[in-house]
Amino acid sequence: MAETTGGRRWLSVADGGAVLVALIGAGLGAMLAAKGSDKVMMLHGLILATACLVAAFAVLYSGFRRPVYASAAGADGAEAYMDGPVRVATIATVFWGVIGFLVGDVIAWQLAFPVLNFDLPWTNFGRLRPLHTSAVIFAFGGNALLATSLYVVQRTTRARLFGGWLPWFVVWGYQLFIVLAASGYVLGITQSKEYAEPEWYVDLWLTIVWVAYLLVFLGTLVKRKEPHIYVANWFYLAFIVTIAMLHIINNLTIPVSWTGTKSYILFSGVQDAMTQWWYGHNAVGFFLTAGFLGIMYYFIPKRVVRPVYSYRLSIVHFWTLIFLYIWAGPHHLHYTALPDWAQTLGMTFSVMLWMPSWGGMINGLMTLSGAWDKLRTDPVVRMLVVSVAFYGMSTFEGPLMSVKAVNSLSHYTDWTIGHVHSGALGWVGMVSFGAIYCLVPWLWKRRGLYSLRLVEWHFWISTIGILLYITAMWVSGIMQGLMWRAYDELGFLQYSFVETVEAMHPYYIIRAIGGGIFVLGSLIMAYNIWRTVRGDESADTAEQPEVAAAPELRAAPAE
Amino acid sequence: MADKPEIDEVTGIETTGHEWDGIKELNKPLPRWWVWTLYATIIWSIGYWIVYPAWPLATDYTKGLLGYSQRQAVADSLRQARAAQAKFVKAIAETDIAAIRSKPELLRFAVAGGRAAFGDNCAPCHGSGAQGAKGYPNLNDDEWLWGGTIEQIYETIRVGIRADHDDTRSNDMPKFGVDELLTPEQISDVAEYVLSLSGKAADAAAAKRGKAIFAEQCTACHGEDGKGNQELGAPNLTDAIWLYGGDKASIVESIRTGRGGVMPSWEKRLSPVVMKQLAVYVHALGGGK
Repeated sequence: MAETTGGRRWLSVADGGAVLVALIGAGLGAMLAAKGSDKVMMLHGLILATACLVAAFAVLYSGFRRPVYASAAGADGAEAYMDGPVRVATIATVFWGVIGFLVGDVIAWQLAFPVLNFDLPWTNFGRLRPLHTSAVIFAFGGNALLATSLYVVQRTTRARLFGGWLPWFVVWGYQLFIVLAASGYVLGITQSKEYAEPEWYVDLWLTIVWVAYLLVFLGTLVKRKEPHIYVANWFYLAFIVTIAMLHIINNLTIPVSWTGTKSYILFSGVQDAMTQWWYGHNAVGFFLTAGFLGIMYYFIPKRVVRPVYSYRLSIVHFWTLIFLYIWAGPHHLHYTALPDWAQTLGMTFSVMLWMPSWGGMINGLMTLSGAWDKLRTDPVVRMLVVSVAFYGMSTFEGPLMSVKAVNSLSHYTDWTIGHVHSGALGWVGMVSFGAIYCLVPWLWKRRGLYSLRLVEWHFWISTIGILLYITAMWVSGIMQGLMWRAYDELGFLQYSFVETVEAMHPYYIIRAIGGGIFVLGSLIMAYNIWRTVRGDESADTAEQPEVAAAPELRAAPAE
Repeated sequence: MADKPEIDEVTGIETTGHEWDGIKELNKPLPRWWVWTLYATIIWSIGYWIVYPAWPLATDYTKGLLGYSQRQAVADSLRQARAAQAKFVKAIAETDIAAIRSKPELLRFAVAGGRAAFGDNCAPCHGSGAQGAKGYPNLNDDEWLWGGTIEQIYETIRVGIRADHDDTRSNDMPKFGVDELLTPEQISDVAEYVLSLSGKAADAAAAKRGKAIFAEQCTACHGEDGKGNQELGAPNLTDAIWLYGGDKASIVESIRTGRGGVMPSWEKRLSPVVMKQLAVYVHALGGGK
C-alpha cells in the first residue's frame, strides 16, 4: 500500500503493478493497431493502447503527486470510503443515459419515417438499434449498478472498497468496454446476438472487467464490519455472479483470427437460440431486475427514513426469484423449433415467478408505511415509488405474456416492445433517476440538489412520456397481432403484412413523441446534476428533506 | 449499532435488530395473499406439467396426459385449413381460367385468394391497392403493357418480365442515349414529339423534327400512331398514362436509358391455382379486358 512520507508519496507495489498491467495492455493495443486484420480491429487496438497509456500516466501521476486511492484514515481511525469510482460511474450513468435515450428516439422516428436513416450505413436501423439497447442497458443501467453497488456495499458493510486500484479499473474498464462495443456497432461489427452483439475480443475485455468487479465486491463483503450482509448486497452479488455466467456461456465463440473482429458462435440452430434466450431473459432478470432491486432496497428505506417492510419477505422473495428466474428463458421461443417440454417449463416457471417478483414490489411500496406523505412532498421519493409501481406492472405483464395462448397473440408484435419499455423506462429508468438524485448530493457533499423543482418537472415529463410510449405500443401491438391472425370466411388472411405496417404508422409517431419527451426529461436531469456537482447554491434547499444532504452536512444524524 | 430487536414506533412492529447504515428491517410475516398466490401458481404449474409435455428425461421427455404435440397441432390445423378450401382449389385447378369468371362461387373464392396472395407477393412493388408507383404499373387502369385479358395476365405472372424464366417476357427498348444511337438533341426532339402525341403543349418545330426520328427509330415497336403493341410489350404513348413519368425530363431519361423494369417469374414460387387466383383478382380490379 501507499507509503506516505511527509505528504509526498512514492510508488507502492500496487501502483507499480497497475502501471505494468497498463503498459502490457498498451503494447497489446499497439500491436493490434499495427497488425490488425481489419480496420475496426486496428481502430480498437488504437483505442485500447491510448486508454492504457492514459491509465498508466494517471497511476504514476497520482502516485507521485496526489494520493487518490490512498487509504486516508477518518477521524475515528476507520478507513474512509472510496467514492472516486462511484462519482465517475454516476456521471457516466447520466452521460450514457442521455445518449442511449436519444439514439432510441432517433430509431423510433426511423420506424415511423424510414427516410430518416439518410441512406448511410452508420445510421441505419440495424446498427443504431443495438447501439440504443446496449447504451441504455449496459452503459446507462450498468453504470447505475456500478455506482450504486460500490456506494451501497461500502455503507452497508462499513468497509472501504477492496482491491487498491481495482475499483478504478472496473469503472474505467467498463467505460472502455462501452466505447469498443458502441464504435463497433456503428462500424458494422456485431455477432448478431440480441443484447450480446459485441464481438469476441470485446467480450473478453468485459469478462476481465467483470471478474475484477466481482473481486472488488466480494473482497469488500469479506472485510465487512457488520455481522450480517444487507439484502441489497444479496441482490447485487446475485446480479454480478449470474451475469458473469450468462455472459461467458452465451459468448462462447471461435474467432476467425486472433487479429480480426469476426468470430463464429459455438452453438447452432435451436441450441443457439435457447442459449441466447437463456442469456437474454436472465440479462433482464439479473441485470435489470435483481441488480435494480438492490438499488431499491437501499435507496427507498434510506430516502424515506423507514425500516424495510418485511425481512422475511426479502429472504423468501430473493431465493424464489433467483431460483425461478433462470428457468424462464424458453418463453421467448414459444411456437418455434424449441421442443414442447422446454416451452412448457419456460411458461410455467414464468407464471410461478409472478409472486417472487411482486415480493420486491411489496417490500418497496410498503416500506413507505408511516411515510406516505413524502410522496407529496419529495419528488425523489415519488420517482422511486412510481418505479416500483411500473416494476409491479411489468412483472405482472411478463408472466401474462409468457402464457402460450397470450404469447401467440403478443409474440413478434409491438406489445413486447411496450412491455420492455414499461420495465426499462418505468422501472429501471425511474429507480436509477431516483438513486442518482439521492447519490449526487451525498457524493459531492452538497446540502441538497440544485433544484428539487426540476426533479418535479423531470418526474412528470418522464411519466407522461412513458405513458404515451406504453399505450401506443399496447394499441399498436395488439392491433398488429389481431391483424396477423385475422382470416376471412373463405380461409384467407384478411390483411397483408404491408397493411399491418401501414396501420401501425400513427402509433409509431405517438411512441416517438413519448420517447422524445422522456429524452427531454433526462436532459433536465443532466442539467440539474451538473449544477449540483458544480456546487451551485440551490433555490429550494430549505424545502428539501434532511436526508437529501450529504451525511456530513445533516443537522442531526439519521441514527 | 443496536443488535437487539426494538419496536418501530409508527407501525408498532418489532424490528429484526439488524441495522445497516441506518436501515432497519421490520419482522413482519409474509403477506398471506402473497403466499397463497405463490402456492396457486405452483399448483397450477404442476397441473400443467401433468397434462402437457414438461420434463426432459434421459432420452425422452414426459409427454403429458393430453398427448399434446405442437407440431401435430400445426399439422392438424394446416390440414383442416386445406380441407376447408379443397373443394374450391380443386375446382379452380380443373377450370379453365377464363371460365372461372362465369361461376360466381368460384369467382368469389378466386378473388379472395388472389387478394391475399397479392398482398403478400405483389404489394411490395405494385402497392397494397395495386395503385403502382413510378416504375411499377398501376393495375387498376385499363392500360396494359402485355395485354389485359385474363390469360395474358396469367402468363405475365407465370413468366415474369426480364425474369429467370425461359419464356419470360422481354421488350428491349434500345438505350438510345447511353449507347449513343441518338444525340442528346435528337432525343430531346423525339421527346417533344412524344409529348405532342398525348396532346401536351410542345415546341412544334422540335416535335416536327422528332416525328421524323420517331418514324425511323420507334415505330417498329410503338407503331406509327404511337399506340404501342402489346405483343411486344411496347406501351401506348398517346394515352397520358406513364410508367416512368410524363414530363419532358422523364421521357428524355426513358429514351436515353431504355428503362427496362423487371418482375419475377412466379411459376416456381406459387402454385398454378394461386397464380390463377391472382390473375382473376388483378383482372377484376377494374381494367381487365
